[in-house]
Amino acid sequence: MDIRRDIYQAIADPTRRAILMLLTVGAMTPNAIAGHFGCSRQAVSKHIQILAECGAVEQDQRGREIYYQLNIDKMKEIDRWMEAFRKMWETSFNQLDDLLKDL
Amino acid sequence: MTNNFVFEKDLAAKKIHVVREFNAPVEKVWKAWTDPDLLEKWWGPKPWIAKTKTMDFTVGGIWLYYMVGPEGQKHWSHVKFTAIENGSRFAADAVFSDENGTVAPGAPVGHWDNKFIAMGDKTKVVVDLSFDDESSIKMMVQMGFEGGFTMGLNQLEELLAF
Repeated sequence: MDIRRDIYQAIADPTRRAILMLLTVGAMTPNAIAGHFGCSRQAVSKHIQILAECGAVEQDQRGREIYYQLNIDKMKEIDRWMEAFRKMWETSFNQLDDLLKDL
Repeated sequence: MTNNFVFEKDLAAKKIHVVREFNAPVEKVWKAWTDPDLLEKWWGPKPWIAKTKTMDFTVGGIWLYYMVGPEGQKHWSHVKFTAIENGSRFAADAVFSDENGTVAPGAPVGHWDNKFIAMGDKTKVVVDLSFDDESSIKMMVQMGFEGGFTMGLNQLEELLAF
């Protein structure tokens, strides 16, 4: 079965959020990422795999090393949905302004 | 008029912080947030309308309402009031439900804490919304998307241009 993942699964775990934070500074190899965490290399590697499946990070082959970097466009998806949520509130509040005028 | 709208999100902490000023005294703003007939007139973002089935504005009381969309689609919400300081603050736990107020197991709960601060003839409303678990964030933004999707073409275009 095809595993469907989305960007919210990327941020739904504290370790993965920490990895994403690390990568905001720059691209890193899996070894370098794992060096920042107390959990096993395998566990970190699994998180990186999920992040890649979510589209949150991309691979960049540099010589013999694989680097992972943030996929900025994908991360913006979250902001886009939040923007929709913000707009809903804004719309309701403007309606409340109108109501209060007549109250 | 400037309304000093603030919308801050902290996804990692599962919190949203909203501030908005209204050009009306606190008594009126409070009434608009707590009277079901008035809520119906503004709570649903156009073209959605909030319709109340039952409202018991007491601590432990329930507000059962639905949002009805332009195609007649309904989203029911079950809101339980957990604290009321008359005229200045109320807190509530909100969760999606069915028309009987039955909540699906594991449905994400949003904790609302709404404060109403008098500033002369104006009122500042401060909303702090928090969630227990990560999946709620996804649920929340999906609802946001649904709202955004039906808000009308202009706003949708703005969204897509983001």
